[in-house]
Amino acid sequence: MSTPPSMDSSPDSSAPKPTRIAPIPTLDTQFFWDAADRSAFVGQQCGDCRAFRFPPAPMCPSCNSLNTQIVELSGRGRVISWIKPIHPPAFGFKEPPTVAVIELDEGTRFVSNIVGIAFEDVRLNLPVEVCFDATMGKHQVPVFRPRSAS
Amino acid sequence: MSLRQAAIAGIGATEFSKASGRTELQLAAECSLAACADAGVDPKDIDGMITFTIDNSDEISLARCLGVRDLAYTSRIPGGGAAAAATLYHAMALIDARVCDNVLIWRAMNERSQYRFGQAPQGGNMAGYTAGHGTGSLLWCLPFGAMTPGTWAGLAARPYMEKYGVSNLDFGRMAVQQRKYAATNPNAWFYGKPITLEDHQNSRWIVEPVLRLLDCCQESDGGVAILVTSLERARDLKQPPVRILGATQSIPRNVEVIANFYHDDLTVMPEAEGTAKRLYRQTGLGPQDIRAAMLYDAFSPHVLMQIEAFGFCGRGEARDFIAAGEIAIDGRLPVNTHGGLAGEAYIHGMNTMAEGVRQIRRTAVNQVSGDGHVLVSSGMAGAILARA
Repeated sequence: MSTPPSMDSSPDSSAPKPTRIAPIPTLDTQFFWDAADRSAFVGQQCGDCRAFRFPPAPMCPSCNSLNTQIVELSGRGRVISWIKPIHPPAFGFKEPPTVAVIELDEGTRFVSNIVGIAFEDVRLNLPVEVCFDATMGKHQVPVFRPRSAS
Repeated sequence: MSLRQAAIAGIGATEFSKASGRTELQLAAECSLAACADAGVDPKDIDGMITFTIDNSDEISLARCLGVRDLAYTSRIPGGGAAAAATLYHAMALIDARVCDNVLIWRAMNERSQYRFGQAPQGGNMAGYTAGHGTGSLLWCLPFGAMTPGTWAGLAARPYMEKYGVSNLDFGRMAVQQRKYAATNPNAWFYGKPITLEDHQNSRWIVEPVLRLLDCCQESDGGVAILVTSLERARDLKQPPVRILGATQSIPRNVEVIANFYHDDLTVMPEAEGTAKRLYRQTGLGPQDIRAAMLYDAFSPHVLMQIEAFGFCGRGEARDFIAAGEIAIDGRLPVNTHGGLAGEAYIHGMNTMAEGVRQIRRTAVNQVSGDGHVLVSSGMAGAILARA
């Protein structure tokens, strides 16, 4: 899995020491972060009408079914908004990250970082794919990089 | 029993500062007392109390400060400042339904000296960012460095900028006008301190390429209270009554509080469009009936998008509307004549609603000319105010 440029090794350690804050799970979202720790990008899909939904919720907003399935998502999408937070500095980042809203192929949206491309080079609808980045507390979060040409 | 018409009978505020030097409960008590004094209502007669879910003062503590005899109703609105005008909606409904006779709305905070909304939380301290305040979706932003209201607002605004070619320079023209209003308002923190477009463009980036420092509201200490009664009762009180012609709220599907990038079309503000539609239907009025607008301006883009949502110009045209001088005091629609949350103070939108009351009373320092109603909107909620 990729390591974005901002995640340098700390000088006092041979291994990279993540500084990104760990995700904050709730009872409704624990499954997502557990999957991320296994480098899996998952989401909720209605077991009846097949609609995807995000953020996680116990009920399908389309058909109100409680029959929820956790499925692996394509991890592919496109950038629909992106910014660079300058002040105050984003806690846990040595350089300002590119923060983006990604519209996934499944139709749901996800806020994340765009890595592997300069902020200035990101364009509306840039195709991206998921990869994972380490956080404090030995966890992982999904981040996105430009989709490979293949 | 028939419905009654609600009116704003009193407004009150503390001074606006960066360090009040007293507790939030004291600020709440002071502004509440000032609103009662303004109206000529005995605070002991308050029988309804409304505030924001995130206000730190307790209803009963405040009621005991004020000597309230018998509180008939209390409620709190979620959604922070975006729902500020929903307090008027609740108060109107309580008066209309004869549940209460004297409804106190208050919001008081030491949001500069005691804590700061604009700071990145250190070390993952997420107290407050929980479901129940309408801010639960923020948990999905924090690990990615989107940790402040500016970052969330910036993400929500960029698709609008992309679609219509709106730049930060366009936001600057709005900011310059607001500071011009603040410069002549003795109660404004930036009294006597207008800015130029050059000042705006030289202010540091907060969120590239959306927000500079001068696009952001202040962080402030202070309290503002509004007292709502029946129109009939208000006629016998100290001030000219300000009728609440209509008040409403709109939270369309997939709209979130400030982390507002899950709804279908990110180039519009659907909650403001929903509020406008409902408010115009409720009152039988349209944009042509509105003389001035007091719009929640946590960040510059919110003002442009609300101007469009309420139909004062077409989609994507707010920047031209502003550049043409239409939000200035001699324009078609003076906006935030107190200087806004950026120029006067950030009391979570309450001070902006108080300015709407002053415009109807004709006591504003930057008084608009002519007749017409005043719109107050915080995005997710709004009200139309009028002379009795």
